[in-house]
Amino acid sequence: MANSSASSNAPAKKLNLSRFKNLEFVLGILLAGGIGLAVALSWLLFPDGGRAVNLMARLTPPFADPAHLLGTDPLGRDILARVIIGGRISLTVGIVSTAGAVIIGVIMGLIAGYYRGIWDMVVMRFADIQLALPFILLAITFIAIIGGGLVNTIILLIVSQWVQYARLVRGSVLALREREFVQSARAIGVKDINIILRHLLPNLLGPVIVLMTINVANNILLESSLTFLGLGVDPTIPSWGGMLAEGRTYLQTAWWISVFPGVAILLTVLGLNLLGDWLRDTLDPTGRTRI
Amino acid sequence: MNPSELLSVQSLNVSFGASTVVEELCFSVEQGKTLAIVGESGSGKSVTSLAIMRLVEHMNGSINSGKILYRHGEKEIDLAALDDKAMRKVRGKEIAMIFQEPMTSLNPVFAIGDQIVEILTLHEGLSRSAARKEAQRLLDLVRLPDAKELLDRYPHQLSGGMRQRVMIAMALACRPKLLIADEPTTALDVTIQAQILSIIADLQRELGMAVVFITHDMGVVAEVADDVVVMNKGKKVEQAPVADLFANPQKAYTRALLSAVPKLGSMAGQDLPRREPLTVIKDNQPQEVGVSRALDTARYEEAPLISIRNLVTRFDIRKGLFGGVTHRVHAVEQVTLDIFPGETLALVGESGSGKSTIGRTIQQLQDPTSGEVIFKGKPLAAMSKAEKMQLRQKVQYIFQDPFASLDPRKTVGFSVAEPITTHGLLDNRAAIDRRVAELLERVGLSSEHAERYPHEFSGGQRQRICIARALASNPELIIADEALSALDVSIQAQIIDLFMELQEERNLAYLFISHDMAVVERMSHRVAVLYLGQIVEKGSRRAVFETPTHSYTKRLLSAVPVADPGARRKRILLTGDIASPVRAVGNEPAIVSLNEHAPGHFVAEEAAKSINHQGEHHA
Repeated sequence: MANSSASSNAPAKKLNLSRFKNLEFVLGILLAGGIGLAVALSWLLFPDGGRAVNLMARLTPPFADPAHLLGTDPLGRDILARVIIGGRISLTVGIVSTAGAVIIGVIMGLIAGYYRGIWDMVVMRFADIQLALPFILLAITFIAIIGGGLVNTIILLIVSQWVQYARLVRGSVLALREREFVQSARAIGVKDINIILRHLLPNLLGPVIVLMTINVANNILLESSLTFLGLGVDPTIPSWGGMLAEGRTYLQTAWWISVFPGVAILLTVLGLNLLGDWLRDTLDPTGRTRI
Repeated sequence: MNPSELLSVQSLNVSFGASTVVEELCFSVEQGKTLAIVGESGSGKSVTSLAIMRLVEHMNGSINSGKILYRHGEKEIDLAALDDKAMRKVRGKEIAMIFQEPMTSLNPVFAIGDQIVEILTLHEGLSRSAARKEAQRLLDLVRLPDAKELLDRYPHQLSGGMRQRVMIAMALACRPKLLIADEPTTALDVTIQAQILSIIADLQRELGMAVVFITHDMGVVAEVADDVVVMNKGKKVEQAPVADLFANPQKAYTRALLSAVPKLGSMAGQDLPRREPLTVIKDNQPQEVGVSRALDTARYEEAPLISIRNLVTRFDIRKGLFGGVTHRVHAVEQVTLDIFPGETLALVGESGSGKSTIGRTIQQLQDPTSGEVIFKGKPLAAMSKAEKMQLRQKVQYIFQDPFASLDPRKTVGFSVAEPITTHGLLDNRAAIDRRVAELLERVGLSSEHAERYPHEFSGGQRQRICIARALASNPELIIADEALSALDVSIQAQIIDLFMELQEERNLAYLFISHDMAVVERMSHRVAVLYLGQIVEKGSRRAVFETPTHSYTKRLLSAVPVADPGARRKRILLTGDIASPVRAVGNEPAIVSLNEHAPGHFVAEEAAKSINHQGEHHA
């Protein structure tokens, strides 16, 4: 009776999968970690903050001048330096605002989904109203009241993004709370807080992690839209989104101005995505992907 | 291929990826006869049917070798070698299939009439109006009342049994010569199962079809089959005419399987439930293990452990813009019963009878609308928070589906330890781990299993884990809500024995909620029969099973298929559906009154029309 139920062909499959999973992890760490490290060291690498203007070398194409490996912008500033320094704002905004939105959204979603009733009503109607408000309208109102700047931009993004997590989590909780293992925990007398933390939360992290990795990229771009409209961070500090917008007018003559910050966003998001996938699968003991 | 054969499967091999699911399978189906393929989960019986329909490729499997010869007029065609286009002409037209789950095999957004019409216009080339007439005839054929009106109904408006009949009507639309029925009655109640089985048998006679009937239920096999193929782990174990197979099984596996099937009536003449030795296969030989002993554990002289007095549970159905209550589900109505220490009280009834709701109310998963639950003399309503918590320790609940009742992200050790940590029964980690190991060993697993996750275990093993978890808090009552229904018969027999062994050892009381009359007969001291939320008969197991008095109890017992082909009998068939417990507000059900028919045997008074299954269906 006590024999293992694992079928004989399972080990071979598992091995292949785990090799792929390891690759995901290594690539993810290399990309996201590499970019993170470069950005963190940018104070040492580029003490001038990428502000050095060299009008003689303006619009140098990439790989033409060893001093400006990725070329220069219309003011002759080094693109490589600005991309790395721009990561400070972009990564801070992207990661902190996403983390904030996840924390608030998940808590709200758990409460609304688990307790239903008045909590559900209040949280979800509030969420509906907020979803009906266009982001730009919300942003203008918000910035007009509390002003711009890095911290306020992050707060604005959290306020506008938590709703998605709340809705996602609430949906999962509604399905999970009727599942027999949750009923079974209730039958034993497990406290609500323990049911939520031990049984519900681990079972709904998968989709949250996926949404999170997409959200980081989205927030990096939203920050640039805000900055472009003059609602975000100080436009003189470089950021990836800001550089993308600046380069727009030169797209046909000097593509590198906007392409390299774009590549930076792409690689960061790819790295985070790979890490997210790896994390989701590592947390799931069944080894199956369920979204 | 013999001229009397319609289908002949020869050395069939089917695999999914690297694993072979069906191996060297050979069998044939005679024209107009019923072949039953029987086996436990993982035996490859369903895959065989999918291979015949060539649907395995669709599910990423492949037919590696072998022939599936099908007689088409004078010719024989090999279905295994047919291309997709030719196969489409065979499906539906020559060979039709019905599936287990009538809830999911109809498209919810189309009226059922349109779904049948679609098949008829596609395969038979009928015009829409002619197809609609034919669809109505087909619904009449499967004995659905008001066929004309039903054409415009949507699947969600029909009950499970009606949906399965619609599925049969659809399968018969093109007059197939072979019908493959894959567990068509497994999801249905016994009385409805009896209806469906008799409809299939009648239609088979009328239309001269051959039927391949796939099932795990030996009772159903004995009831319907002419020939039987027994499968185990992808291979054929043996094939024989049904009477021979039951009278004289050749192979050890078949013998073990047959001995594990609980047979209704096997406990006749005995007052107490009995542990019986199990037949298990050891070194390819069936061996009997275990003890034969009556279970005299019930202590009726003591005060009842749990009493329920006039319990009423209703669920409001809200409709409309302002969510006003228009209807109520009358799940439980005025139920009164006692559970004594050490006894097994069985609650039996079909879906909608309220049996689970009673269990959930005792476990405080559900608040009663009115009435009392009394634990050792103290009403639940008068208990403090701490006392209610203690009740949750003394009463444990085991759910039906062992795949759903364990948290997939927690180790087995965590799940088994959870009642201990929740109630603070042991305070240090080492003692808890020791206790968990002990419990796992007690239910027939090993202590190393604590580190593993639920998905690494089979259904039977998981149910053992659930039992270990229930035992962890030293309960006095375990509520087993259909805890055996999802298990294969051989596993089921082992778990029944485990339940009884634990009852002997710990003097546990069980509230055993089940629809399976044969299992109830094996296990219980007393039985209460529920119908639409009310008890219609209760008494000792012997009284209820040997002298069933209420007409519903009689009907329920006669609907159970008996695993003995010699015992095929005419049964009391129901024409309609199980009546629904949903009622409009203000339309209260009449409360039946129980009379003491014999000492300890209570039977509800029957009005002339009271428990007649009504042919109506609810929206």
